[in-house]
Amino acid sequence: MTLPRRPGLLLAVLTVLALAVCVLMPDVVAPHPPDAIDPAAILRPPGAGHLFGTDQLGRDLFSRVVHSARAALLVAVGAIALSLAGGAVVGLASGFAGGWLDGLFMRAADVLLTFPPLLLALGVVAVLGSSATNVAVAVGFANLAPFARLVRAQVLHLRGRPYVHAATLSGVSPPAILFRHIVPNAAEPVVVVALVSLGAAMLASSSLSFLGFGPRPPATDWGTLAAAGRDYLGSAWWLTTFPSLAVVVTVLAATTFARALRKGRS
Amino acid sequence: MTGNPAGSSESSTPSHHGPSEPPPTRLPSRSGEFASSAPEPLLSVRGLSVRYSGRTGAVLALDGANLVVRRGETVAVVGASGSGKSTLARAVVGLLPPSASVLEGEIVFGGQSLLGLPDRDLRAIRGRGIAVIPADPAASLNPVVPIGVQVAETLRVHGLARGRAAGRAAVDLLRTAGLPEPEVIARCHPHQLSGGMRQRALIAIALAGRPELIIADEPTSALDVTVQARILDHLSALSRRSGTAVVLITHDLGVAADRAGRIVVLDEGRTVEDGPAAAVVTRPRDSRTRALLAGAAGPAPARPRPVHRGEPLVVAENLTKVFTGPHRRAVVAVDGVGFTIARGETLALVGESAAGKSTVARLVVRSLVPDGGGRILFDGQDIAAVRKAELRRFRRRVQLIFQDPRTCLDPRFCAADLIEEPLRAFGLGEKPARHARVATLADLVALPRSLLARRPGELSSGECQRVAIARALAPGPDLLVCDEPASSLDVRTQAQVLGLLTGLQDELGLSCLFIAHDLAVARRIAHRVVVLRHGRIIEEGAAAEIFRSPTDPYTRTLLAAIPGSGRRPSLK
Amino acid sequence: MGSAVTAPGKRDSAFPNFRTRTWNYAARRTLAILPVVLAALTVAFAVIHLVPGDPVQMMLSIGGSVPSPGQEQALRHQLGLDQPLAQQYLSYLWHAVRGDFGRSIVTGEPVSQVIGAAIPASAALAGAGFGIAVVLGFAAALLTTRLRPGPARTVFDALPVFAMSMPGYWVAILLIQVFSFDLGLFPATGGNGAAGLVLPAITVALPPAGVIAQVLANALEAARLEPYVFTAQAKGASPWRVLVRHALRNAVVPTVTLLGTTVGNLLAASVVAETVFARQGLGRLTVTAITDHDFPVLQGIVVLLGVVYVLVNLVVDLLHLWVDPRVTMARRGER
Repeated sequence: MTLPRRPGLLLAVLTVLALAVCVLMPDVVAPHPPDAIDPAAILRPPGAGHLFGTDQLGRDLFSRVVHSARAALLVAVGAIALSLAGGAVVGLASGFAGGWLDGLFMRAADVLLTFPPLLLALGVVAVLGSSATNVAVAVGFANLAPFARLVRAQVLHLRGRPYVHAATLSGVSPPAILFRHIVPNAAEPVVVVALVSLGAAMLASSSLSFLGFGPRPPATDWGTLAAAGRDYLGSAWWLTTFPSLAVVVTVLAATTFARALRKGRS
Repeated sequence: MTGNPAGSSESSTPSHHGPSEPPPTRLPSRSGEFASSAPEPLLSVRGLSVRYSGRTGAVLALDGANLVVRRGETVAVVGASGSGKSTLARAVVGLLPPSASVLEGEIVFGGQSLLGLPDRDLRAIRGRGIAVIPADPAASLNPVVPIGVQVAETLRVHGLARGRAAGRAAVDLLRTAGLPEPEVIARCHPHQLSGGMRQRALIAIALAGRPELIIADEPTSALDVTVQARILDHLSALSRRSGTAVVLITHDLGVAADRAGRIVVLDEGRTVEDGPAAAVVTRPRDSRTRALLAGAAGPAPARPRPVHRGEPLVVAENLTKVFTGPHRRAVVAVDGVGFTIARGETLALVGESAAGKSTVARLVVRSLVPDGGGRILFDGQDIAAVRKAELRRFRRRVQLIFQDPRTCLDPRFCAADLIEEPLRAFGLGEKPARHARVATLADLVALPRSLLARRPGELSSGECQRVAIARALAPGPDLLVCDEPASSLDVRTQAQVLGLLTGLQDELGLSCLFIAHDLAVARRIAHRVVVLRHGRIIEEGAAAEIFRSPTDPYTRTLLAAIPGSGRRPSLK
Repeated sequence: MGSAVTAPGKRDSAFPNFRTRTWNYAARRTLAILPVVLAALTVAFAVIHLVPGDPVQMMLSIGGSVPSPGQEQALRHQLGLDQPLAQQYLSYLWHAVRGDFGRSIVTGEPVSQVIGAAIPASAALAGAGFGIAVVLGFAAALLTTRLRPGPARTVFDALPVFAMSMPGYWVAILLIQVFSFDLGLFPATGGNGAAGLVLPAITVALPPAGVIAQVLANALEAARLEPYVFTAQAKGASPWRVLVRHALRNAVVPTVTLLGTTVGNLLAASVVAETVFARQGLGRLTVTAITDHDFPVLQGIVVLLGVVYVLVNLVVDLLHLWVDPRVTMARRGER
């Protein structure tokens, strides 16, 4: 690959590596424990001692952002994994079975698509109660319908491709056609959409956390950190800025990968 | 030409609702030159070189090409795909894509050099001095704008008419282009018209500015042969009447010989031949012209009928297939068709689009099952009844070669895997044996073994079709069904693929059902021919007989429409 | 005549009467909305039954108070939860059709009043946001396509991506920090009237503006490579005319489809914006209803969203009919 010639992609790769380190070994990256209170250093602006500054209890914001990475990413990735798995099952069943099953699934998808994903996720949280797991389930559920539709559309499109017809005439059995020809060809567009949705899931889940439906204290993710900084809007800008930046950088990395993949395909 | 060029070929009354009286000269700025420059050519392109630069490197599309067009004459520019003929057309009107750059040469139109002319001045010439009829009628009209508005746009842009007058003039132009009920057509959108009607609308757009030169870029290659012939006839008549010069760009030397006074042959961006049409066709000087001539439907003799051995391999009886079309309307695709294919014989099924040819092909390979009453016997067995193991055996013995070699190959597989797939699926041999067989098959279809590791995207269309043929041959079939296997290839590759298929058939003793829209191709490959129209058999017989004495008028039309059949005196 | 008219049956369908076509289409689309409204009603009904545990206890135990059996009984009866399910459903539908969703558990006011009071603020926000999103999106897309490849073009290409990658709460906070605290131009919270609407409207408009800009720019780029653009250029049309009359005219088609989801996303984004800017709209109401387990209000909101979605999509479909003459045929082909 020509990574050095594509600075955007290079940055995205570096971001993902950095995030991976934060998720796997936060203690190595973070200079302080995330909940270490320092009364001598309350609401310090970003500087040498504290890269992202400190909060109203003197806790190091950088360490808190690093330690929140795992929760934030787990929720977003879990949500997309859920909608991908559910969407694949529903979409494949719908595309292959057709008939009443297809009709039922697609009408159900229509109803789900009636509600904007964030509101749907709010509704699920309303039913299930607020917690990190429930946010993941809620966001995953909210994104299920688009995946089901995409997978179904791919199946229908690919089933009509001449090369699938050719494989049938070459004596290839239906299951082999599914796994050798249809799934590999359908996978790429689905992965592209999954990456884009990962960004959207990140945004939705952090918004839910910001509204107070996310992990319960003392657990934190980027959304709850930003929400906690709201009380110091005028005096401590860093409290909302850095957790939000973490979200933006993650979303941009996912989008960049999706774009690179889409470009590489055409 | 004074007055309106209107008055369709069918109606003898010339119409005089011209939007405005035409100015005495078309480009007033050069009015002085016209009187004195009669012997000077209308368009002269000299030593033109154009390069495309992309991510994968630069391509020299034109390499010192020359073209001279005199007033009122029709010149054909002939070349295979990639010869640079479309680049030449775009360069003349100054509409090369951004990736192209003119390296050297000159383009002079009506005494004015076009290269380096500011865009504003070029725009005054486009549509007014030089009009273009584009290649693809389906995509060349704006799908969301009514036809009449699109025709009137040329008039509005050049200030020739405005308001309602422009709309009325557009209707006249559509009539001139030979469209029935032009008032209705003007209000239609492109998707409501057939391909031939769209092409006529594009001709109306080109005529609107009463240009001195029309560049027709493969104007009919996307259409059925009979429609193609009618439209080219009409265009010739119109240009003759108005004295407009025409540059006819085509890949088909036959079309060129029929319509043009002079032929210019392009090859790899160079002008390799330039002379009177008759001379170029009968006594080509350049080897590349001869290659094109060989590729064009020549007077190849019909193949003799092979000796019959026993029962026919395929007996199709009373095939009917009805589909449910839009509005739940029943569409009869095939209507009571029957035929036989003897062992070792090639039967060609010929017809224009929507004749039901492809449906028959799908019935024979059992992708579709005929409606009640019809049946297909393969080696004495009704194929609708075969199940499981028998069906697999049938699949192994009957193979299909698709029309478009690109879409029938899974883009993720390499050529070797594609050819191996039926061997694996039918369980023919162990891995090493299969690999050896793939190599043999590649040799058989003259596909270099070095290409076996490549994916379809890295192969040319011709190479893809060779892969597809090798795949079809892999399980050792008795019957090959070929659904227009060469129609998406350029002339030279087409000739190679057809040659390969006939050679293979003789060598392997295969039977073959060959689908074609073109009688010329059928003549080269088939022993017997069946002509289909609207799902019914119109005519049937030995290939040689059908060509010598066709009995049905439709067959005669098809025969006459074969380019290069020389039924028409050339224009000059 | 030497025409190319093909199949004989094609003529009547080839030249349909535009007005008949429009009315048929509109009537069909209008009929198709009824099932969706019913589905939304059913989903809203189901919400209360999907809650794990006892909804009545959940509703009553806000603030840690232990409800008395009498209270429970009364609420259960008020909500009709003591009746058989089928009867509950029918009576719910009967009331819902007349706009009656019962009373809020928290305030005791009728749900229709609670929601009705929140609608104006949300409508103003969504309306203003929609306007800003469309204007920004179209302007960015047209500007991008007019730029030649270079640094400026790269920046403009990236702008929509940034707009879509920003969490709504941060946009709101940044706007407050810059325009309210630093510059003092607009009120930070609670401001009524036009001045108070500006910052929240920008907040909700940015992501959809990014989406519109991207889709429109891609569609324009694709349209400019279409052969019909070459035809127009070959007529001698000016670049501006080619861009607006031909490329844009076609590129608008996929963008119109997008406008339907845009309205929904604006409403979703207003949840965050109304919270940060402390506006009393539907978004804020949703959040409080969820925190307070005020299920009747939630039901009302779900149904309202369903109705809004249906109406918006009806408008989008009619717009489609207007911008794309091929629409009815494609739709018929699908079914």
